[in-house]
Amino acid sequence: MSTARDRFTYLDANASEPIRPQALAAMTDAAEAVGNPASVHRAGRAARALLETAREDLATIFGVQAENCIFTSGGTEANVLAITGQGQGRRIMVGATEHDAVRQAAPGQTIPVTADGVVDGAALERLLAVPGAAPALVCVMLANNETGVISPVREIADLCHAHGALLHVDAVQAAGRIGFDMAGLGADSIALSGHKFGGPKGAGALLLAGERFRALTPLLAGGGQEQGRRGGTPALPAIAGMVAAARAALAAQSVQAARLGVLRDRIERAATPLGAVVCGAAAPRLANTTCLLLPGRRAQTQLIALDMAGYGVSAGSACSSGKVARSHVLDAMGLGEGAGCAIRVSLPWSVTEADVDGFIAAYAAMVARLPARPGVVA
Amino acid sequence: MSGTDLIYLDYQATTPCDPRVMAEMLPWFTQSFANPHSLDHAAGRAVHEAVEHARAEVAALLGAEAREIVFTSGATEANNLAIKGAVRHLLARGDARRRVITLATEHKCVLESVRDLASEGCEPVILPVRPDGTLDPDVLARALDVPTLLVSIMAANNETGVLQDIAALAPLVRRAGALLHSDLAQAAGKVDVDVRAWDLDLASVSAHKLYGPKGVGALFVRRRPRVRLAPLFSGGGQERGLRSGTLPAPLIIGFGAACRIARAEGAAERARIAGLRDRMLAALRAGCGGVQVHGRMEGRLAGNLNLRFAGVRAMDLLAAVPQLCLSTGSACSSADVVPSYVLTAMGLDGAAAAEGLRLAVGRYTSPADVERAAAILCQAVARCRAQGSVSPHDGQTAQAG
Repeated sequence: MSTARDRFTYLDANASEPIRPQALAAMTDAAEAVGNPASVHRAGRAARALLETAREDLATIFGVQAENCIFTSGGTEANVLAITGQGQGRRIMVGATEHDAVRQAAPGQTIPVTADGVVDGAALERLLAVPGAAPALVCVMLANNETGVISPVREIADLCHAHGALLHVDAVQAAGRIGFDMAGLGADSIALSGHKFGGPKGAGALLLAGERFRALTPLLAGGGQEQGRRGGTPALPAIAGMVAAARAALAAQSVQAARLGVLRDRIERAATPLGAVVCGAAAPRLANTTCLLLPGRRAQTQLIALDMAGYGVSAGSACSSGKVARSHVLDAMGLGEGAGCAIRVSLPWSVTEADVDGFIAAYAAMVARLPARPGVVA
Repeated sequence: MSGTDLIYLDYQATTPCDPRVMAEMLPWFTQSFANPHSLDHAAGRAVHEAVEHARAEVAALLGAEAREIVFTSGATEANNLAIKGAVRHLLARGDARRRVITLATEHKCVLESVRDLASEGCEPVILPVRPDGTLDPDVLARALDVPTLLVSIMAANNETGVLQDIAALAPLVRRAGALLHSDLAQAAGKVDVDVRAWDLDLASVSAHKLYGPKGVGALFVRRRPRVRLAPLFSGGGQERGLRSGTLPAPLIIGFGAACRIARAEGAAERARIAGLRDRMLAALRAGCGGVQVHGRMEGRLAGNLNLRFAGVRAMDLLAAVPQLCLSTGSACSSADVVPSYVLTAMGLDGAAAAEGLRLAVGRYTSPADVERAAAILCQAVARCRAQGSVSPHDGQTAQAG
């Protein structure tokens, strides 16, 4: 790997996908619309038309009413708005492997997951079925950011609704990578983040189920934008880019999933003989994601070695990448000390076979150079 | 504005993104797209460094330190975070004070943030302004007789461009022991802003008001003495826990570039823009008659005119000049039919306020634009007057305010 420093291979799509050309084009086009979408003059109306077209397009893709598509600054804001906006008077229940944006939005009960990382339906039912308790707002992610594990959201939704609970789904990692819509999930709300499916950073959306306009307690009080549910001038170019990215991602979704799945499996087939354990391997997973646990080698050490070899991967979510705390996701899956020894490889839409083969070589070289330290893992 | 016959005179609603800003942002969309919080790899670190560089540029425009800048999705979020965040933190600490003060002419997101705090046990106090739009220091001093948690005063008004004398008002707030927040969304880049000279504890800015991209803003949070905030929302813990969520790195880098350009070119630009504005006013006065400017001309943003043409309802006039982009007030509420609450707070009656027009020139306005816009306006005013578009002196005013 003597030339490693000359090039860098990005395999951290779950932190942020590279922008799609369609998104870039839509964004630069929208940036030409100078007006504020709330202004009534011609420039404002042109911006408004772009904004509302974007809203209708995104709403159509995910099967909601356009008026129930609320644009936000990103996935965190969308998740928090869903929970604080719908959660009053409800018991909040949050999956153990949820993103911190959801876990910290409101104090709530934790729904355990199985060893595969899938929400434990029986445990959820016990939490929901407490006699006389207030109705719940259940928060479950469609696909996990660290392991790619996909939850059986439809079954969870039925369970929730049988107990008068609302279901909020964090679909930030799933959107664009698997096909779904509101009715198929049976959810009451869905959070999206543009830059996780090839749109620009700075735009997200909260989608609400229902045939009629749904009010929501706003997080940001302001000028009455988004029908009073989210104040602030909408980031029109970023929003237009997000919607174009969603369209492009879903147009290529099945082909891409097949392609990425083959490449991901190639990595796993190469890594497991070297001692790696694939976290959540028995569950349905996103095709682009693998979480490789290497007993006895700290994640941080692995990342440094791979970074020096020119490969960008991560341990856990990017938000907490700067921290040393081990993954709460893997902890919840019962991996114990091993939770500190796993790295996430997430293939971007633009990844090539050569990228993957290069990574496999770098991974093997890393394993050879990093002897397992018996003290590190049980 | 490029192309078409449209003349953009609404620089206070939003500004076009400067092409130089666009050019600086683009590589961070296409080539260096990593998550700025992915410090574990080289790509993430490169983006992180660029974000920190932009943070320093934003800080420099405000006279702050880089570590005093918290990035947000815009000024609305920054205003919400400043006002609710600071007050909630103090309340949670057991502070006995309840009063929160702001002005009747503030942006809606400030007024709503202050009013929202009433449901959390606070006492919102909305101060009147003088007919020229400025706050009477004695009025503020009297309001501060009751122990106060926070005062929020905008530096420049979004409808009238009227500047408040923050440097003169700040000592009153300081002496009373309250925190001082200022919404600088309209002022930053347009007047010399200095958070130290103005003795601010908190200050909000927005990129798209100073030729940067939409979707990003910042809150200045003073460090010495340190101002503490309860975050509006938690999550990944970015921005030292004050504002979670992936930072929109390209937008932030564009924001930094816009601040750098404002700092380098602001003074010259202001002189040019004030010249255009004055030329516009002179042309309107020469061509129309019955022109009344709202708020004083000195102590006003260089590009702003807020005025009325006697006897001509603003909505009728706007409908008569489809080739001009101007507004009756704040863009957020410009679809409202009620007259501007900013103008009624300055003592205009409903009928006069319904004649109020906001006109703001900016970076891409040419002298020819000004001449043409003035001619178009004067013709339309004459037409409206001939058709008897006289403001009804009944109705509508009850909704204002």
